[in-house]
Amino acid sequence: MYSYSNFDAAFVRDRVKEFRGQVERRLDGSLTEDEFKPLRLMNGLYLQLHAYMLRVAIPYGTLNGAQMRQLAHIADKWDKGYGHLTTRQNIQFNWPKLKDVPDILDALADVSMHAIQTSGNCIRNVTADHFAGAAADEIEDPRPTAELIRQWSTDHPEFAYLPRKFKVAVTGAPNDRAVTKAHDIGLRMVRNKAGEPGYEVVIGGGLGRTPMIGKVVRDFLPRADLLAYLEAILQVYNLSGRRDNKYKARIKILVHETGLEELKARIEETFARNQTLLEPVDAGVVARINASFAPPEWDRRAVPDIPHLDAGFRSFLDTNIAAHKQSDYAIVTVSTKPIGGTPGDVTSEQMRVLADLAERYSHDELRISHEQNVILPHVHRADLAVIYGRLREAGLHTANIGLVSDIIACPGMDYCALATARSIPVAQKISEAFSDLQAQHDIGDLKIKISGCINACGHHHVGHIGILGLDRAGVENYQITLGGDGTETAAIGERTGPGFAYDEIVPAIERIVNAYLDIRESAEEAFLDTYRRVGAEPFKAVLYPESNKANAA
Amino acid sequence: MARKFLPQIATGNDLLEGDVVYFTEQGDWTRKHSDAVVAETPEQAETLLGAATLFPHQVVGVYLADAQLVNGKPAPVHFREIFRTKGPSNYFHGKQAEV
Amino acid sequence: MSQLINKTGFIEDDWQGEILPFDAFWNGQDLPEEEPFGVAIDVATDPFDLQPWFGRVDMIVIPFAGFADGRGFSLARKLRQLGYQGRIRAQGHLLVDQFRAAMRVGIDQLEISDDLAARMPEHQWKAVPLSDSYQSHLNAA
Repeated sequence: MYSYSNFDAAFVRDRVKEFRGQVERRLDGSLTEDEFKPLRLMNGLYLQLHAYMLRVAIPYGTLNGAQMRQLAHIADKWDKGYGHLTTRQNIQFNWPKLKDVPDILDALADVSMHAIQTSGNCIRNVTADHFAGAAADEIEDPRPTAELIRQWSTDHPEFAYLPRKFKVAVTGAPNDRAVTKAHDIGLRMVRNKAGEPGYEVVIGGGLGRTPMIGKVVRDFLPRADLLAYLEAILQVYNLSGRRDNKYKARIKILVHETGLEELKARIEETFARNQTLLEPVDAGVVARINASFAPPEWDRRAVPDIPHLDAGFRSFLDTNIAAHKQSDYAIVTVSTKPIGGTPGDVTSEQMRVLADLAERYSHDELRISHEQNVILPHVHRADLAVIYGRLREAGLHTANIGLVSDIIACPGMDYCALATARSIPVAQKISEAFSDLQAQHDIGDLKIKISGCINACGHHHVGHIGILGLDRAGVENYQITLGGDGTETAAIGERTGPGFAYDEIVPAIERIVNAYLDIRESAEEAFLDTYRRVGAEPFKAVLYPESNKANAA
Repeated sequence: MARKFLPQIATGNDLLEGDVVYFTEQGDWTRKHSDAVVAETPEQAETLLGAATLFPHQVVGVYLADAQLVNGKPAPVHFREIFRTKGPSNYFHGKQAEV
Repeated sequence: MSQLINKTGFIEDDWQGEILPFDAFWNGQDLPEEEPFGVAIDVATDPFDLQPWFGRVDMIVIPFAGFADGRGFSLARKLRQLGYQGRIRAQGHLLVDQFRAAMRVGIDQLEISDDLAARMPEHQWKAVPLSDSYQSHLNAA
């Protein structure tokens, strides 16, 4: 894992001091609310429906036990004893007071953490594959790249007041677990014919009001050119992105309105000039970053045979374990989605258990996934049984990863000031409707994603089943999309038709799942495959039986 | 189509604490919706909003919201405003948990 | 009236020459024969167009219509990258909280309204630490 240099540590302390001063200047009238708002947002502080909310950065989703334990401490001391994991691999606290926030930021700095650039119209906290450095299918570890981008983008003087927010994601595996095609910039680590490492650069992806799959702007970018190329993209965007309409200000709209070829020409021209103007990245810094992601010293114990697996442990092994680079290791995904629970919520007690497990059994590493789960990335297979036991005691053992109850849900109108409808209770009710884990296993791989407004923090566009909560004439109403996909075969889901009322949405989802079970060719054909084979019509038929009858008549 | 005028209350969030507050007849702020002052005409609503936005160092994000009178006291109409008087639905937190 | 600010704090305006709007400059109208002059660009100006004139232009004024419009930061940095060594003045609505960024992209001085200067007095500007940045750290060869 990356550990802070003296410079990192001093920088973060300076920013806390600066924010403390900004709060004081807001209160003494030096700053108006309009001026203060972007400053607090750039320090992760929102004003939500019922309270402030602090979004803490977890760079590319990676943290250690001591950091997780400090998050538990913050949850207990300044919040209500829990935190909420987000689809941006961050954690949010829902109840801080403005006057306490500088102290919370100091507590974060104590463990090399911060809340910088988790909001605002700047380059946001960079995200990456949550299995980085561990996954068996990985070609290249994306974390050194992500860390380099973190350093470059932090407090970048040119790019703090962009037309709109800007998100970068990196993956080093052919199976895209970082949704790179739905980011402003997606980087896929590749090698050219000569075997040299570099990136495929995708721009203009994004969800929200106008969902778009990113487009390749450069097939192969040599690794050494990365920052100069990013500077070129950002400079072109900063100078030509729209500032007249917040809903048209993302780079995806610039790509769409300018055309990929024209924009690419401008980026390449700026890049060509930058290459001669920018100083190269210091090799010492790069070497220090690379060294900090060296693999841990692997444990070479034998993997014991466990003769009698109990049923719970067996299904946990079926769903929550992924293949590790080291055959005697495993990647354990801990579900934060117990039946009826709030997706992504973790209590301070659970945080401490996770911190313990990481320190003892996962080379002191934890990851947060964009699917709002927690990962123990490096677990020796001999320790799986004891870890399962500890997770079960803490209520963290739900064996549902990738299944129908492993739902992504944004906070929705239970917390968010932008929301148009609730998301959390819909997720809770769907998970209760499918509470039988055996039945969930039978249904198989199915990603349900729920957003409480058009901004799509719940990634509904890329859910196999997506749910979008809206306000229709003062009543909550839920639209369904089908066939979305956030992986390397990314696709935007298609709307089925009119939305459903709050008390109709769960039965509607049940009808879709039952229809899938009826028409799939075999238990091996996953929901998305069935949808791609048969299209939307059979699902519309069960969703809207009335209009079906009308058509037949 | 002209929208029928509904009684209005002025609401926002407390700058320091962040919680939901309502403007009162005394020209002060309260945590309780039922203590909010009600504007019963468009003219009164305009005056109310003007008065409520004079506290930039105490309350932020001030806006008018629809209300209805229940036993002579204002109550929220839209579901968003109903949630703001209570708190989240997944935990017993926020206003619903305060005495 | 307005207030000028640089790294030392609030300062008097010592600029003597003319400041031409970009269009007038571009059309070549009434360019001073000998003495150096300033050009007030707009946010749509391409700094590349100014490059042939860097030897004659002694000051470039960049407008900040609102503090949330960050185009001026890119314009200043691009001018410096292209080799401009004269004075860069940022004019408009800029906050104390943006002073560090302004200095780092190569802006020399800020011109803000007297109202803003009253709300954000000199000591606030002088308290901004202009310490080392991540970017200079990354490129420290």
